[in-house]
Amino acid sequence: MAAGNGKARDTVIEARGVKVGFGERLVLNGVDLDVYRGEILGFVGGSGAGKSVLMRTIIGLLPKRGGAITVFGQDMDAADDEQRQAVERRWGVLFQQGALFSSLTIKENLQFPMREYLDLSQRLMDELALAKLEMVGLDASVLDKIPSELSGGMTKRVALARALALDPDIVFLDEPTSGLDPISAGDFDTLIATLQRTLGLTVFMVTHDLDSLHTVCDRIAVLAEGRIIAAGNMDTMLASEHPWLKAYFRGKRSRAGHAAEAAGAACVAP
Amino acid sequence: MADALLIDTTDGETLRLAAAGAWTSTNAQPLEREIDAAARRHAAVKQVAIDMGAVERLDTFGAWLLERLLRDFKSRGAATEVVGLKQDYRALIDELHRIKIEAPPHRRGGRLVEALAAVGRNISRVGDTFLAILNMLGALSVAFGRVAAHPSRFRFTSLVHQLDNVGWKGVPIIMLITFLVGAIISQQGIFHFRKFGADIYVVDMIGILVLRELGVLIVCIMVAGRSGSAYTAELGAMKMREEVDALRTMGFDPIEVLVLPRILALIIGVPILTFLGSIAALYGGGLVAWLYGGIDPDIFLQRLKEAIDIKTFEVGMIKAPFMALVVGVVACVEGMKVKGSSESLGLQTTASVVESIFLVIVLDGLFAIFFASIGM
Repeated sequence: MAAGNGKARDTVIEARGVKVGFGERLVLNGVDLDVYRGEILGFVGGSGAGKSVLMRTIIGLLPKRGGAITVFGQDMDAADDEQRQAVERRWGVLFQQGALFSSLTIKENLQFPMREYLDLSQRLMDELALAKLEMVGLDASVLDKIPSELSGGMTKRVALARALALDPDIVFLDEPTSGLDPISAGDFDTLIATLQRTLGLTVFMVTHDLDSLHTVCDRIAVLAEGRIIAAGNMDTMLASEHPWLKAYFRGKRSRAGHAAEAAGAACVAP
Repeated sequence: MADALLIDTTDGETLRLAAAGAWTSTNAQPLEREIDAAARRHAAVKQVAIDMGAVERLDTFGAWLLERLLRDFKSRGAATEVVGLKQDYRALIDELHRIKIEAPPHRRGGRLVEALAAVGRNISRVGDTFLAILNMLGALSVAFGRVAAHPSRFRFTSLVHQLDNVGWKGVPIIMLITFLVGAIISQQGIFHFRKFGADIYVVDMIGILVLRELGVLIVCIMVAGRSGSAYTAELGAMKMREEVDALRTMGFDPIEVLVLPRILALIIGVPILTFLGSIAALYGGGLVAWLYGGIDPDIFLQRLKEAIDIKTFEVGMIKAPFMALVVGVVACVEGMKVKGSSESLGLQTTASVVESIFLVIVLDGLFAIFFASIGM
């Protein structure tokens, strides 16, 4: 787990030539993507480009028509039930709407994966539920509430705490900051960065939030026309001349766009 | 777990704990035991040094247990020290160090108090439901009045759609069930009446029982299970997804848009179903009387004409729309009570079916008294 131990970067997820379609339409047409250990990967693309589709395919919720996905060195197609479960225990997923179990309290939601996978004393589970909750910036007062009593931001935090319940090696976040105000979204970004540092997590984040991409993401992968058209850090994205990337990262709503406007000068390509 | 995760040695005043192995979620259970045992064994030490150097992996579970161990010793006044912790884990330990575990407030009374409180809550809930039904009846009357004044506002398409669901699509199953019930009653009646040589009175029994009571009751119970539950689930799901609120903000009255067409569909549909169901039951009864009891169809019809008159038929039919109203109102009230969770949707759907069947039977009893007193 030690960072910078001299080895080449460890690949946690490897997608090769992934094809996914619905009916006649092929949404993903040969996606190649690597996710390295310990990085925060921001995954962007236009609405309906298939970002969530790729995420759901990696975590096994959608069937693919071709290609291979390897997670922690395990080819997911070749995995039997036991191997698949072993991999599933090592990832946590934050769904867009939180997907908290609506009939369980927050405490039961957090303890659900622990109860299923580990044989722990109730005292330890109670303490850990509270510890996870405090790690995501909430406190004991929400423990006995039910999900419908929480605000949007709190729901996302609780869902993140649940995704982290088993101390996964990798977390998938589906638009974690959508629907949050800029302050909460900023807090959430900081939280993800902090947790990534403290827990040594790998984070796969589907997002539209340019600020998240700027502040927390180590690397960005861009999905368009059914394939990954670019992957690299923010500088690479800003330097790219691909029209979609230009529009996305240097458009009106981007920081580069604002800077250009403020300077009153045209955006000059480096 | 064969390997010890924590080895304790005492060195004069100082307790030395050597941690080893993987301090992770999979080992959390044995680790917790070892940690609590160590804390108990050395309750009186003044100094504790924990060597984490040999720990291969550490996650939140292990880090929390380490933190718990430290807190245990600290609370007894011992000086603690952690050595050999890898730099990578420092941030995690610091993070957990900040977490405050306060005992959650327990303000529960005794079991008796809890039980009494549950009884009280349930009784007041029955009262609430009754009030909610009255409230819905009132709101429905207002909505009906408004629609009657401006008939163009009425959602005719919705009514037809609901009528298709509760009426037309329910015809086969309801006719099948009433047919079978009629057949069974006929068979049982013939079997027992034959002992007295009174087979022929089976026709009287079937005629009166089916037309006055059973036809309408069975149809209403079926409709409560089939359509009442569907109403509750539909309205509840709409409530959950804020669709009802959306309607309200657009200036529509949910009662007028959602509830009124549904209840009118029941009020129109249930009498038709009752009529069809009663005929099917009579047919089933007649068929069994012929095949099993040897009562010729001509004789059956002749006897039926003598046994019943138009009043018998009217009694059943008059009850149908009122029972339909009860089923519809209860279903809609329960649907509107659904809160955010899927569990509450299930609870209200169950409550809807149970309550409407109960009320239909109570109403039937009240009608029996009423018709007896006016001599019908």
